[in-house]
Amino acid sequence: MPVAEHDESAADAAPAIRFDRVSVTFGGVRALDGVSFEVDRGEVHCLAGENGSGKSTLIKVVAGVYRPEPGAHMEYFGRPETTVTPQLARRRGVAVIWQDLALFPEMTVAENIAFDHLVGGMRLVEHGAIRKIAESALARLGVDLDLGARLNKLPIARRQLAAIARALASDAKLIFMDEPTASLTQAETDMLLDVVRTLSASGVAIVFVSHRLAEVLEVSSRATVLRDGRLVGVFEAAGLSQTRLTELMTGKQFDQRISARSFAAAPAVLSVEDLSRHGEYEGVNLALRAGEVVGLVGLIGAGRTELAHTLFGMTRPDRGAIRLNGRNIAFRNNRDAIAAGVAYVSEDRLALGLVQQQSIADNLVITRLRAISNAAGAISRAKKAAAVAKGVTDLAIKIGRPADAVSTLSGGNQQRVVLAKWLATSPKALILDCPTVGVDVGARDGIYRIIRRLAESGIAILLISDEVSEAFFNADRVLHMAAGRIVGDYDPRSVSLADLESAVYA
Amino acid sequence: MRDYLRTHEGEARLLAVLAGLVVFLSAASPSFLTAANLASLMNNSAINVIWAVGLLVVLISGGIDISFAVAASVVQYLCFYALMAVGGGDWLVGVVFAGAIGVAIGAVNAALIAGFRIISIVVTIATFNALFGLLMFATAGRSLYDLPNWWTERIEVVRLGDHAALALPVAAMAVAMASTWFLISRTTIGRQLYAFGDNPEGARRAGVATTPMQFIAYGWMGLMAGIGGLMQVNIVQEIVPNALIGRELDVLAAVVLGGARLGGGRGTVLGCFLGVLLVAITQNGLNLLGVSPYAFKMVIGLTILAAISLSGVDLAALATAKSGRRKLGRPD
Amino acid sequence: MVDRIERHYAVFGRDVWGLLGFLALALIAFAAAAPQFLTAANFSSMAFQVSDLGLLTLAMLMPIISGGFNLAIIATANLSGLTLAWILNLNGGPQAGVLAFAGGAAAALAVGGASGAAMGATIAFLGAHPILASLAMMIFLRGLGEYLTRGGDISGFPDFLGEVGHGELLGVPVPMLVLVGAALFWHFLLSHTRHGFAVTMIGSNARAAEYSGVPVKRTITLVYALSGMMCALAGILMLTRFNSVRVGHGDSLLLVTVLACFLGGVDPFGGFGRVAPVFVALLILQTLSSGLNLLGANQHLSTAVWGLFLIAVMSLRWAGPVLAKLLKRTKE
Repeated sequence: MPVAEHDESAADAAPAIRFDRVSVTFGGVRALDGVSFEVDRGEVHCLAGENGSGKSTLIKVVAGVYRPEPGAHMEYFGRPETTVTPQLARRRGVAVIWQDLALFPEMTVAENIAFDHLVGGMRLVEHGAIRKIAESALARLGVDLDLGARLNKLPIARRQLAAIARALASDAKLIFMDEPTASLTQAETDMLLDVVRTLSASGVAIVFVSHRLAEVLEVSSRATVLRDGRLVGVFEAAGLSQTRLTELMTGKQFDQRISARSFAAAPAVLSVEDLSRHGEYEGVNLALRAGEVVGLVGLIGAGRTELAHTLFGMTRPDRGAIRLNGRNIAFRNNRDAIAAGVAYVSEDRLALGLVQQQSIADNLVITRLRAISNAAGAISRAKKAAAVAKGVTDLAIKIGRPADAVSTLSGGNQQRVVLAKWLATSPKALILDCPTVGVDVGARDGIYRIIRRLAESGIAILLISDEVSEAFFNADRVLHMAAGRIVGDYDPRSVSLADLESAVYA
Repeated sequence: MRDYLRTHEGEARLLAVLAGLVVFLSAASPSFLTAANLASLMNNSAINVIWAVGLLVVLISGGIDISFAVAASVVQYLCFYALMAVGGGDWLVGVVFAGAIGVAIGAVNAALIAGFRIISIVVTIATFNALFGLLMFATAGRSLYDLPNWWTERIEVVRLGDHAALALPVAAMAVAMASTWFLISRTTIGRQLYAFGDNPEGARRAGVATTPMQFIAYGWMGLMAGIGGLMQVNIVQEIVPNALIGRELDVLAAVVLGGARLGGGRGTVLGCFLGVLLVAITQNGLNLLGVSPYAFKMVIGLTILAAISLSGVDLAALATAKSGRRKLGRPD
Repeated sequence: MVDRIERHYAVFGRDVWGLLGFLALALIAFAAAAPQFLTAANFSSMAFQVSDLGLLTLAMLMPIISGGFNLAIIATANLSGLTLAWILNLNGGPQAGVLAFAGGAAAALAVGGASGAAMGATIAFLGAHPILASLAMMIFLRGLGEYLTRGGDISGFPDFLGEVGHGELLGVPVPMLVLVGAALFWHFLLSHTRHGFAVTMIGSNARAAEYSGVPVKRTITLVYALSGMMCALAGILMLTRFNSVRVGHGDSLLLVTVLACFLGGVDPFGGFGRVAPVFVALLILQTLSSGLNLLGANQHLSTAVWGLFLIAVMSLRWAGPVLAKLLKRTKE
């Protein structure tokens, strides 16, 4: 039942939001280019696009965080607006569950859920009322959380539920969910999809953003597809297959060939046996062979990054053996691992992969300080410049000046800087944790080609990925990790992508 | 109460340490658990607690203030001349003047922080130097002794025995604590302060108005600096321009000891009180045990070092538990 | 050309010209206003005075670039000075020889380095907040000093120390030479060595640096150890200049060193900061203070002017880009 609240009855029939000609530019980069976006009341709408396609920017425009360039048409529930602030968007009934949740870890669960009732001028906090609001929001969700606990005591999946409850508590009529299932188990995801359906039936429109296309297509009625900041089109979900949706998002015919080859005979560079670390992973066996690309897929929280951290010497296993070229090793820290020939490209390039504020040059040489300095610790300017030049040419990084901050580069070029700094250490094994996150679709092929080239030079590569297709098309075999264990070992030549995806996302 | 301590482990731990200390000192020194000693303990801690709860509000909002102790001295002087101008005044006028001047100084800090986007430590170190220099220059270092009678007269609020009574500053402390608690726990503004300190970007997205938050936090700090300054005169019965300098760091240490976090989002009034009390009781205990007064600071420094090292251990464990879960905040 | 500008920036930082311009302006203004300003005697006394503050500022600089803070610099300098004084007194006080001085100075540097390393380890390994750890260390060291000296001074040193504290070499005051030497060493360390590289990286993002194999904990411990040794150097110099040591000597310089760093364009969040502009900032502070002094003002007015000057500079740094943007918009 749609909520009618405007005096003009014509507005009742209007869609929840209608946006036209939305353009946003950041420092010369066109993040959105004349995009239209329309969501009906009570509809579950999928907003699809690869990383960097402009999804988040569009959400922020609707939520009033970014202002589009002049000429855009913005309309909420039949009411046109010229300037939209976050407050106005919220008053019109728009709520966003950000991917980073934007919650307050030190405050209680109840306060987080009912936060909108704490914003504004000075009033008394009625803790009882706050609690009631939180309780009823949770009741609509059908979950139970400890309302008095501090939010930072909750595991990440439960915080996600708190974030959803917060949107419900603000009486939203249109909720954006940005990757809401990324950290949920299948049971939790099923429950969330049920909630989405219930909300939709009660007249709340939901815009669903997720890279798990199966669940998106299952729950949505229509899909708006963006690519490189432009609108590809709006499609009925009913007639859409996953493959077709992927093609629309990437703009490529998916005749992408499987590149898998066999390496059973090659010597194992890095192998682990019965590796366990309490609460992270359990009884892991795997072997990376020289020249081989091994994909590692699984849900967030399956223990992939935790395993990588141990292989990189940043955590120690409770049990099991790590062997490098057949020799047992125990890393005290990641410097030992780097010296032994293990390199790790973090999933979080912004916070961990690069020192964003510092220069391209410094980020390129940070792993090789000893090689460019003398015994006393003095850095040679000439050696540093040579090392920088080598990194830039080897990986064909497009830069202005080496002294520019690395944050000025595009995602793809930043990732090339990361790869260059690790290649400078001459690694034997390279762990890539979601290497194309935040890399433009067009630049991804370049990264894949580099990965393949590195493998051909004899480096053993572990390719951790959130997108099963990425591992499927770029790895020689794909390991599936779930709840800390490796539960499957697939050869892309003998399994279909759809089967693999349903195995991983099931 | 049990529920409260469950969500505030820092305060609970501090309370346990304090209880242990009290039991030990009661056994070790017969004069510790006497009305006279406890009353003087409270009377001597009152000013620090008043400032501590003011600083707490700033820390919760994610800032820091180095200038409040000097601000309190400035308030004392300006208040004196303002009172003289209105013929001496009384407590009510004094509180209004001291509060207003304190809030004005706090507003200057807030305006610089919010207006010029300068971080609070830079601003308050600058205002610290500016205020202290101007004060010493303007007063030529001269103290004031000829103060209105009402201001210096000792007022006993609660008698605890023959030679023991809680004086007016303790009552002021109680009011400061209660009102700060009310502000940060019971009003929506207070909860927004926590949210702003905890996750500024999240608060902004949720519609928290950030500039008013700064004015409220530093204004409240200024108010407490002013009231604390006013009460401090009541205790020492004189105004000395450089008497309070250095107290800012002692109070900061006590507040953080009490569980407030540099960086925002965490801290309670009870924690502040316990933090100040822990330092005061330690000093009092050393005194009663006949330890040389020259050793006091050394022991207190060690106590704080030990306390932060222990709480640091917990934080470190938390940090490792969190790593590997950093999927949040990924760009599109 | 671009390359040369880059290299210039690399050594001097981006706003050294603005600071130098202001320094020139201040020199001209004071020269015009006070006839004694433009004399060798005045410049010599300026050079003597700026050295203590300068060394202490260097001690503050490296922790700030690493994303930390060191509030214990004065206490460390005092305690190191005490160490030297103690060894001199053990070797006959005024009769102590050069060897005793050398040994004492080495011991002082060791004490400064060790206390710094202890503090750095608390920060690096236990994850204590630098402001807090150094605050606790400050209280502890000051307390230790008070305990050892019973709050008094130690004096009675050999005469040849006066040659260091008050002497000149080729017409340049020895303390100034020490400061210039220390500044050059610091510049080399920060800009041309692995350690300096690690410090700036850690200052910008310690976790990313750790992921890249930078020894974060060792580097942070070393930062505070070096800072402590620089404090010790300041303590030794202060002993030779004042011919006495007292705990609390130089306390008023603590926050001035922070002010000098910020004035010199050091990023309060860490990661960016150069020795050259900080050195120019020190000269500005000393020029303001000496010039005002010649015009009849006292040190306190200088302190106030320093604070106001920092506010003005920070506001201009904020206003610069904003104004440029406005200008660009009106042009369009």
